[in-house]
Amino acid sequence: MAAEQATAKAEPSSIKLAFTLGFAGLLSGLALVAVYEATLPTIEANKAEALRVAVFKVVKNSSAMQKLVVSGGKLAIAAEGDKQPGIFAAYGKDGRFVGYAIPGKGNGFQDTISLLYGFDPAKKKVVGMEILESRETPGLGDKIFKDKAFVGNFSALDVDPQIVVVKSGRKKPNEVDAITGATISSKAVVKIINEANKSWRQKLAAPGSEPALKAQPKKGAAAQGKGH
Amino acid sequence: MSAEQDPSQAYAEFVKGIWKENPVFVQVLGMCPMLAVTNTAMNAVAMGGATFFVLVGSSFLVSLLRRYIPAQVRISTYIIIIASFVTIADYVLQAALPAIHKELGAFISLIVVNCLILGRQEAFASKNTVKVAVADAVGMAIGFLFAMLCLGSLREILGNGSLFGFDLFGPRFEPWVVMILPPGGFIMLGVLLLFFNYVKVRRQKRAAEIARVAALEQEAA
Amino acid sequence: MEQPNLLYIFVSALLINNFTLYYFLGLCPFFGVSGRIATAFRLGLATIFVMVITAIAAWALDRWVLVHAPYLQLISFIVVIASTVQFVEMVIKKASPVLFKALGIFLPLITTNCAILYLALTASKKGYDLVTGLVFAVGAGAGFTLALVLMAGLREEAELSDIPSIVKGTAMNLIIAGLLSLAFMGFAGLFSSSA
Repeated sequence: MAAEQATAKAEPSSIKLAFTLGFAGLLSGLALVAVYEATLPTIEANKAEALRVAVFKVVKNSSAMQKLVVSGGKLAIAAEGDKQPGIFAAYGKDGRFVGYAIPGKGNGFQDTISLLYGFDPAKKKVVGMEILESRETPGLGDKIFKDKAFVGNFSALDVDPQIVVVKSGRKKPNEVDAITGATISSKAVVKIINEANKSWRQKLAAPGSEPALKAQPKKGAAAQGKGH
Repeated sequence: MSAEQDPSQAYAEFVKGIWKENPVFVQVLGMCPMLAVTNTAMNAVAMGGATFFVLVGSSFLVSLLRRYIPAQVRISTYIIIIASFVTIADYVLQAALPAIHKELGAFISLIVVNCLILGRQEAFASKNTVKVAVADAVGMAIGFLFAMLCLGSLREILGNGSLFGFDLFGPRFEPWVVMILPPGGFIMLGVLLLFFNYVKVRRQKRAAEIARVAALEQEAA
Repeated sequence: MEQPNLLYIFVSALLINNFTLYYFLGLCPFFGVSGRIATAFRLGLATIFVMVITAIAAWALDRWVLVHAPYLQLISFIVVIASTVQFVEMVIKKASPVLFKALGIFLPLITTNCAILYLALTASKKGYDLVTGLVFAVGAGAGFTLALVLMAGLREEAELSDIPSIVKGTAMNLIIAGLLSLAFMGFAGLFSSSA
């Protein structure tokens, strides 16, 4: 047995080594392509659905949406698969414009906070806020999405001249009551919205002349069918 | 290797991974994912499940192909196999359970550098038959899952007052928040290892006592 | 894509979201090599070097190759890391055989250091450009080295103390690490404005 093993274990040629690796790589590549193609539609659908849910949450009474990007200095409907940063326009059942859903990102207490807020340009008010990603301290900072009272601050909030954080009760329509023990996280959320507002405000269309909802036959039917 | 030997050997390999050679508590491998994803029981189970898939799948393939993989490129080949399984697990999880995938984040991809998996291929799967290799992999993976579940449950119960999302103690419970934060992970695992050490030392002491008494009795007799 | 503030990225990776004490990365070398301060420091430097090269390679791969085949990301990153470590090994062996011997098996084990892979994956996911990725890599590597050296110092002290034998070993190291992590939590909020 030992002698056989000794002769069998002679150095394999470099070609054999390269071939083994190449073959393994090829098989692996094929398997991965197959799994990727198979799961891609589901993954994309999940992402799109999560986004829709968030948009409809921050802009109430909306049931359809489309992405808008800045093109030639003005807001225009984004082409399919456009990966530029943009905002979302939400429309009601009758197809009429209801409000914008604007994404924002910034430093929180622990790490970056990513959120989406609803904006009504006619009333110049923030109408809703949803935290998309955060790593704030559990039990304190994470109240920015767990505490209904805090989130409720954002359902009818004036943005002019800017949103202000206060510590003991709202008196003016542009004030937000900070969470006790999580002042920094609360201030971070407000700062993110103020800055997003500053950067998008001038680019928004004049109230009443927002881009109309582009006819989306398949998606529209699916949206209405999905239990609204 | 006779047919009678195989089933019992396979069973022995399977069982050892769960307790005696538990990858986390005894071998202290795969600590990175351990601590990072055990902040809730659900995350711990999901990670344990993904690791199970990768470990068993890789061991199966490596054992199946062990005669065709030249020794010089074996580590690279193992890594290609493991990375493929991890990528598959990542995509499938993203499609099937997107919420959990978001919680686990990059740690699913980090399964590929979990020393446990590469270690099993090198030490075991490449030198044993498919049946035995798979039994070993399943045992190790279950041991890993068990350890994850222990740590995750303890951390979630103490740090959040819940288990698998179900509130256990009601609103009056003041959670020991540090337990679901990084320091809590380190300390909790340290305390668990301490506990297991204590149990082991006591067993050894008792066994030594028994042996000593038996020897004395023999002398007296 | 808009790049976040470089100073924030560096300090965040170094202190606030320290790779080892907050993200639990690089634990194998962290518990394995931190016995001596000098060795720990040198391993940290080697790791920083590997991280920087990996950051550059990952950025290049992302930009030109993975655009067409995103599912190859994990495999290609691992191959890059393994090759870089092999290269660093050869260089150290030639330049300083003493250091090579001191680091021993922990040099090739840099490949399985989850911190490096996590660095590449995160920089890719967050869309960092080359400069931001490099700052991130240096910050993360420095953070890892810092944690490693601090741990080594604490362990060297602990060796001189009277510790019950049940605790000795990994259990004690974990608890020390937990206390270190707790201390680092004080850095949170470093970058939030009080305005």
